[in-house]
Amino acid sequence: MAKYENNPRAIRGLVREAEVHRDVYVDPEVFELEMEHLFPNSWIYVGHASQLSKPGDFITANIGRQPVVASRHSDGAIHLFYNRCPHKGVKIASEPCGNTGKFFRCPYHAWSFKTDGSLLAIPLKKGYEGTGFAETQANDGLSKIKNVVIYRDFIFARLSEHGVAFEDYFGDSLSTIDNMTDRSPQGKLAVEAAPIRYMHTCNWKMLVENQTDTCHPMVAHESSAGTAIKVWQREQGDSTEKPMAVQLYGPFMSPYEFYEQSGIRIWPNGHGHTGVNNSIHSNYSDIEGYLGQMVAAYGETRAHEILGEVRHNTVYFPNIMVKGAVQILRNFIPIAVDRTLVESWVYRLVGAPDKLYERALMYNRFINAPTSIVGHDDLEMYERAQEGLKTNGNQWVNLRRLYESGEEPDVTAVINGTSERQMRNQFHAWAKYMTMDMDKNLDQPGEAAE
Amino acid sequence: MISENTITDFVYREADLLDTMQWQAWLDLFHPEARYWMPLEWQQQDPVLQPSLMYEDLLLMKVRIERLAGERTFSQKPKSRCHHLLQAPQILACDPAAGIFKARTSFIYTETRGDALERFSGWASHDLVQVGDELKIKLKRIDLVNFDAPFGNIQLFM
Ligand code: FES
Ligand SMILES: [Fe+2]
Repeated sequence: MAKYENNPRAIRGLVREAEVHRDVYVDPEVFELEMEHLFPNSWIYVGHASQLSKPGDFITANIGRQPVVASRHSDGAIHLFYNRCPHKGVKIASEPCGNTGKFFRCPYHAWSFKTDGSLLAIPLKKGYEGTGFAETQANDGLSKIKNVVIYRDFIFARLSEHGVAFEDYFGDSLSTIDNMTDRSPQGKLAVEAAPIRYMHTCNWKMLVENQTDTCHPMVAHESSAGTAIKVWQREQGDSTEKPMAVQLYGPFMSPYEFYEQSGIRIWPNGHGHTGVNNSIHSNYSDIEGYLGQMVAAYGETRAHEILGEVRHNTVYFPNIMVKGAVQILRNFIPIAVDRTLVESWVYRLVGAPDKLYERALMYNRFINAPTSIVGHDDLEMYERAQEGLKTNGNQWVNLRRLYESGEEPDVTAVINGTSERQMRNQFHAWAKYMTMDMDKNLDQPGEAAE
Repeated sequence: MISENTITDFVYREADLLDTMQWQAWLDLFHPEARYWMPLEWQQQDPVLQPSLMYEDLLLMKVRIERLAGERTFSQKPKSRCHHLLQAPQILACDPAAGIFKARTSFIYTETRGDALERFSGWASHDLVQVGDELKIKLKRIDLVNFDAPFGNIQLFM
């Protein structure tokens, strides 16, 4: 029974000022509508330009559930296409990345396409003469996605032809991508390896919300971070220098007061970040030679400004999180209403000491891997929530921590770091991007079938 | 005198200690400088500047083991159990004079928790050294055949 299709009012009804209905996490119909509306209306991360360094390089990705392929053309431009052959729909690229040479060749009937997507050749072409083929969409080659923006090498796309412009959509939130990129003395990041992949049997939004949930680490991660501290204190003997591993785990156990004062910043359209004043990444030991390189590249003042901005987690609505200080991006890829693939990427700071890359890789496997004890703690909570939300006793999820009546939507603000306002911010954006093209489809905007 | 049989027995015993959850006895098999490594690339060479699923020293292995028994380790309620099915180890080196002992063992590993059961296939490589009359693990390396696939939680040791 379609409860939500063509019913923007019902969708909006799922989001109250400081509560959301459990259907946003457990209802398959809502998930279908997210794929149909939310993801196409939003700007989605596709990949990083360093993965496409040479002509013919390609990467594949999904936007919502739709497969896409990005390629570097001979003139240096990056193009994005739906990953399907215009003939019978066969995926044109099947690997996560590679180099296709001068053209893509469909493996089924050998139609070929230039790396800008245009149709290059069809075997036995005369069979199409006089058939009206030139008037079909197939004649245009691979279907191109027009709304693509590459911001400091981060490739984003919006599938909907019409919608919010990239700059308006992200606004000042791009400052986290700036900070991460500026942390390279050359102002350049590079993807050098595949991501860590981790399958989650929960709704994708649980992961996104968790990124700014600062009241869970000291509770849910007592088992991992707490044990790490305990074992280190017992085993350290005479060693005075904390190993990198203990430096990375330890701060998860910071008390509520720490998170309260470190602050959360929210931006319009559902973006926001934890760690405004300082963060769990603030006290990592210095890495030899790095500050010198930064000062040489940017000057004393600017170098300290860049390195002094130690944000914790930045959520780019709808489904990525960027950790500028540790050069990690987590992509929460929706598979089904209760299934999410998490791909966690590490960027190398080009020109910076290896030790920084080593630390980022270590952080990624400690926190974001299927073998990560911190990951085990989190996934257990998501799975239990996915189960618990099936109960009918109370159908609402409570997001009221530090709620103030009359909170304005779509503003920039800095607030107490234990507030759930960023989650409220995300759900406000969720309802907006879910319904912005539903209204158009209806004769009477906002008036849906009862 | 350490023979090929000694190495084979050692590999079987190590798996048995994991399956029977004799964690302390298992840890005692490791050299103080040992590493437990699960690469994330085919024939990976570098554990430090290439991503891995695990690359842990004894301190971190102790953290894992202590965590398993923690009162507030919610992901172990209910507890996980595991089972190793090993092929006969292939002895790659058995050189007492040089102190080099290496084996590679094909395995199927099962981890269960509650109603869930996950199965993994791969190869375990043991780099061993002699300490007194005993063998100790210097490096245990687990290469999964599908290291690049997305897994759910893997909470015990392969
Ligand atoms: S499906 Fe691609 S050439 Fe036929
Ligand atoms: Fe967490």
